[in-house]
Amino acid sequence: MKRSLLFIPANSPAMLQNADIFGADAIIFDLEDAIHPLEKDAARDLLTCYLERFALPDMELIVRINDRQTPYYIKDVERAVQLPIHTIMLPKAREEDILELSERLTALEKKRKRLAPLMIIPIIERAISLFEIEKIVAHARVSGLLLGGEDLTSDLEVERTKQGLEILFARQMVIYAAKAYRKEAIDTPFTDVGDHVGLVEDATYAKSLGMTAKSCIHPIQIDAINEVFSPSEKQITFAKRVLEAEKEAQEKGLGVFSVDGKMVDKPIIERAKQVLKRVKP
Amino acid sequence: MNMIKNSLGRLVPDDLTPFQGADQIIKKNKRILVDEVIVGGGNKPVETDMTTLFDKLNIQDGMTLSFHHHLRNGDGVLNMVLAEIKKRKLKNLTLAPSAIFPVHEPMVSLIKNGAITNIITNYINGPVALAIELGYLKGMLIMDTHGGRSRAIESGELNIDVAFIATPACDRYGHGNGIEGPSQCGTLGYAIPDLMYAKQKVLITDHLVDRVKKIDLDGRYVHMICHVPSIGDSQGIQSGTTKPTRDPIQLRIAKNTAQLIHELGYIKKGFRFQTGAGGTSLAVAEDIKHIMKDKKIMGAFASGGITNFLVKMHEEGLFEKLYDVQCFDLEAIKSYGRNKNHIMMSASEYGNPYAKPIVNDLDVVVLGATEIDLEFNVNVTTDSFGHIIGGSGGHADTAYGAKLTVITTNLMKSRLSMIKEHVTTITTPGETVDVLVTERGIAINPRRQDLIDKLKHSKLPIMPIEDLLHIAYDFTGIPKPTTRDGRIIGYVRYRDGSIIDSLYQIKGV
Repeated sequence: MKRSLLFIPANSPAMLQNADIFGADAIIFDLEDAIHPLEKDAARDLLTCYLERFALPDMELIVRINDRQTPYYIKDVERAVQLPIHTIMLPKAREEDILELSERLTALEKKRKRLAPLMIIPIIERAISLFEIEKIVAHARVSGLLLGGEDLTSDLEVERTKQGLEILFARQMVIYAAKAYRKEAIDTPFTDVGDHVGLVEDATYAKSLGMTAKSCIHPIQIDAINEVFSPSEKQITFAKRVLEAEKEAQEKGLGVFSVDGKMVDKPIIERAKQVLKRVKP
Repeated sequence: MNMIKNSLGRLVPDDLTPFQGADQIIKKNKRILVDEVIVGGGNKPVETDMTTLFDKLNIQDGMTLSFHHHLRNGDGVLNMVLAEIKKRKLKNLTLAPSAIFPVHEPMVSLIKNGAITNIITNYINGPVALAIELGYLKGMLIMDTHGGRSRAIESGELNIDVAFIATPACDRYGHGNGIEGPSQCGTLGYAIPDLMYAKQKVLITDHLVDRVKKIDLDGRYVHMICHVPSIGDSQGIQSGTTKPTRDPIQLRIAKNTAQLIHELGYIKKGFRFQTGAGGTSLAVAEDIKHIMKDKKIMGAFASGGITNFLVKMHEEGLFEKLYDVQCFDLEAIKSYGRNKNHIMMSASEYGNPYAKPIVNDLDVVVLGATEIDLEFNVNVTTDSFGHIIGGSGGHADTAYGAKLTVITTNLMKSRLSMIKEHVTTITTPGETVDVLVTERGIAINPRRQDLIDKLKHSKLPIMPIEDLLHIAYDFTGIPKPTTRDGRIIGYVRYRDGSIIDSLYQIKGV
């Protein structure tokens, strides 16, 4: 389970070289906004060289391609299928885009004899996408949703604020859709890199709403995000005790049991399992 | 010149003492002290121009003249003296500034025309370093450590004829300090050996007062005063970086360094700590500060060059004392004036191997490196091409003295691995270096099995230094070996007076 996702521009050798040292659970190699139109092909080539040369174990590798309306989209997808990555991130995603991308991937994966199918993380950053969100998230290739707060507020023609009231509805829609289909709800980046306190507050708030992870644009933000989205020692201890108590109860043939004087039921057991899933070794 | 190999396998001239190990010579030999040169109290003669001063001091060809570097790249005093040397067409002089900076560019022409033939210093960069590495210095460049320079002076090995001591404030009795007047630089620790042992001492000041508020330079040692319009620019004393880095790679290194020091159990009541003024070093200090605050730990002291960052830690009660040999920024200067436990130490008290120096009391020092090799030898004197870019300063002194010496560096810079099979120049011997921290892993010197044992269960990315080198080579490829077959232009002198390495003229020039 991811906690942090770090955007890295795919055309920067120095940043690619160090992509894996910051402790991010996933790297998003960016071919979209961070890359000048004249650099798109160079970015694809550099990223290919990098990923073919260096192994990056223990992290999810994602490529953010350009959206379907751009002239770079097809080449991005064709290249992504050839790369040792796990996931494609699709900007400005709508239902029809997911269907088209999935079909295209199926054909390309067959042609390339790619064994592991690529997953898709759509970026929800248009108002219209919120009305299609259930169909988007329900698709088998979709592993999670990323809220794109900056583009969404442009689409809404409102100011993006640190409090984030303007994106509260979208945050909750992403969370409810993702949770309903047991997929990941990934929060929008906090763009003020110098504001550590603001980052922690924003991440804590997003987690309290139900986000499971947060993306970021600067490596300096990763430790704080990982900390916020990791279970606390107290939560881990309690979860372990719940599962131990459940095992004991099963051995004794008991249907009902308690921990710390409180009755434990199925949701608490499921929650304990979820907590322990999020513990990093 | 016949050459022999020292104990680290480096070629050094056979007429000088070869390096034999970090404490072999210190253990064998006793401290040598020549007589202090004391003039006595009373009013001192005051001159107002260099020409008269040179006449009165009878400065001749072949003399040795010394300077301190507390005004760093804002220093105006050395250049004033250089102008008079040029005017008088003096020859064959030895200069012994404790450090040389880009501002001292006027020295280049005097090196080229033979006015200055030998230089003894602890740190050098900029145009003067370039002129020397190109072979223009007719004699030799000796690169000392801060502690080694004071040892050389007190033992008479470095025999100074005239010490020109830039003094931000002095009175007519020759008492001086660095915390009054327009050119404040704070403590004056590096000037003390020169003040005590040079044959003649002159304070160069732009702020002559009836009585100084604090006496850091004792007038009894002073022969003369020269009152000039300006001794330099105090803004220029600021070290390159005096704030913690925001670079994510260096922050990663800093975080792992602080965690390592913490896991080794050094951060406890009475903690004694030194770090440099670089961004990574200060980021380590920042992480250590958080640990100390969380655990409510009060350290005994922080030492070395003092920055505003360390001043704040002192004022927040995290370090009881600051032992300060030089102030790195203007806030540190102000602190020295107001905090009674912000204490000046002389270069000798700081690092002289025979003076039971403060460095020997350190628990932990965090240092940088231009290169480090598989034997943990460290180079901070030249780059990988042999260009002179710095020098030990207190590097070798603190590495020797501290219980734990940590080197922090990026694994790669400018497409080069910072780990080498053999460093280009040895500044600090590997036997005094304990740990290397890079962004991709931590290597512990196999000589420190005790540290390896303590960290057996650590989650920190600990691996052999050879593995780190291979990781770097995966990115950079294996570099072609560099050769050092130019003329020898100088030596790196270890703190005990032995020669740890030679410096070579840049090839092809």
